[in-house]
Amino acid sequence: MGQIQLKQISKSFGDVEVIPPLDLHIEDGEFVVFVGPSGCGKSTLLRLIAGLEDVTSGSIKIDGNDATATPPAKRGLAMVFQSYALYPHMSVRKNIAFPLKMAKMDQGEIDKRVTDAAGVLNLTDYIDRRPSQLSGGQRQRVAIGRAIVREPAAFLFDEPLSNLDAALRVGMRLEISELHKRLDTTMIYVTHDQVEAMTMADKIVVLQSGVIEQVGSPLELYQAPRNKFVAGFIGSPKMNFIEDAEAQKHGAHAIGIRPEHIEVGDSGPWKGVVGVAEHLGSDTFFHIHDTGLADPLTVRASGEVAFSYGDTIHLTPREDRIHRFDERGMRIA
Amino acid sequence: MATKASRSAARLMISPAVLLLLGWMLVPLCLTIYFSFLRYNLLQIGETPFAGWENYYWFVTDPSFNAAIKNTLVLVGGVLAITTIGGLFAAILLDRPMFGTGIIRIMVIAPFFVMPTVSALVWKNMFMNPVNGIFGRIATSLGFQPIDFFGQIPLASIIMIVSWTWLPFATLILLTALQSLDQEQLEAAEMDGAGWWSRFWFIMLPHLARAITVVILIQTIFLLSIFAEILVTTNGGPGTATTNLTYLIYVSSLLQFDVGMGSAGGVIAIILANIVAIFLMRMIGKNLDA
Repeated sequence: MGQIQLKQISKSFGDVEVIPPLDLHIEDGEFVVFVGPSGCGKSTLLRLIAGLEDVTSGSIKIDGNDATATPPAKRGLAMVFQSYALYPHMSVRKNIAFPLKMAKMDQGEIDKRVTDAAGVLNLTDYIDRRPSQLSGGQRQRVAIGRAIVREPAAFLFDEPLSNLDAALRVGMRLEISELHKRLDTTMIYVTHDQVEAMTMADKIVVLQSGVIEQVGSPLELYQAPRNKFVAGFIGSPKMNFIEDAEAQKHGAHAIGIRPEHIEVGDSGPWKGVVGVAEHLGSDTFFHIHDTGLADPLTVRASGEVAFSYGDTIHLTPREDRIHRFDERGMRIA
Repeated sequence: MATKASRSAARLMISPAVLLLLGWMLVPLCLTIYFSFLRYNLLQIGETPFAGWENYYWFVTDPSFNAAIKNTLVLVGGVLAITTIGGLFAAILLDRPMFGTGIIRIMVIAPFFVMPTVSALVWKNMFMNPVNGIFGRIATSLGFQPIDFFGQIPLASIIMIVSWTWLPFATLILLTALQSLDQEQLEAAEMDGAGWWSRFWFIMLPHLARAITVVILIQTIFLLSIFAEILVTTNGGPGTATTNLTYLIYVSSLLQFDVGMGSAGGVIAIILANIVAIFLMRMIGKNLDA
């Protein structure tokens, strides 16, 4: 069980209100990702749920029980920190066993659970090493091992992959997703990387300066962003925003069109000059200048399209994929 | 860029300093060893004949030698215990965010800058004097018999004075070490269900092991040669109650004018200090490797 309910919780540090009152409901077994630019309060929100920070007002319910004033250890949540926070003087085995030892569990049971966790996470060969003798990915797995042995109601991840290199990050992303499917436990995951959010989440919570901008599944956010901030934050490369005359045509203050929804060809309503091209093999991203719309306009084309710097090309936006926004940046349905 | 040329140049450049330090150390050491084998008393003018191991024999069999060894150990051990445990406690308290942290930290470190003679005199006359000292006054006003510190508990009094000087040193080093502890580790331990005591025992203390080692090693080196505090307060007395090895050597060579005997004591002190050093390095030095 791991159902978490936040009711009108807010957090202030002195006079500074980091999180204005917000409500959030997290279902049992859900993989929820808090995403937003740095300083948006996503880590603070996670720490409020963990109990490492006290809420200024509001209440937190875990599995229906009020946990607002419960100390962190008693909430039944396990946390994986950005720095992993492994205990440097303990072996992998002792690190993983620590929470069980603190819970005064029987030694036989501890050994069994630690061995199981080490097996699941491929740590058996390193079980007697110190954290300093492990690679980044292995340390990450030890930190996860320390969390899963407790069999918590929910896992909290605080930017766990930000210290890993790109290749390892993709691997660990998969491992964490696999783990979620296998354990079927609630996971709350904080990241500033929208790719992590899109690939892992059942439900994404987009935050900006402590305010929840939108909650929804990855595809909902992609297809129907509630406002310009979410539209620009989700999706890579960023959505193109076009204002003024072109937007007026669509009866909006601003329109947005994703690079993948613009077609490139010899004819089309928009015209521009090719600037920098980013070749990824499967795709190529062109930065188009002098369109009179947005500068530059980013366009995705398939990998084999061959335009060179300075060529003039025509663009066709897919009408059904144009997002319209009003003066306040809110979506016009 | 350690090329062959630069390495030999480095050796050449550093050699004057090394030679100077070597001479600085070797000349007094050799002279001390040389004197320790002579019958050399400043009160007997004339010959200083070779005496063999005689000086060593008389120094070691002197009843005050045993007392001095015992006092040295109690003094060093006592001060180490008080400063390490007290310093740990003070460091944990000072690590907390509070009002006026900067000023409080300066006040805490202040005793370390007071000269030993001065601090010993202040303690002797203003605190521990049974008639005029603050402790005496307090005891009298409460109707108790005041303690004559240097008469009744002389060694404990000296330990107290020396601890007062060295507590700030231990506190400062341990505080610095404590501040380098990753806060996420403590939070992780908190999430793992560790109470305050468990966090202290399993996370803080292992983190501080190296700093504690440094505190103990450095303090031991300095505490073996405590002298000023004894000279200005008890003069080694009553009897030999506060005579440590350093003070005994002083008594032999400068009060009894027996240079030979004093030198023999000095050589013994050097050997003992080295034994202690090796012992300490072996025992806790492994913490420094990790």
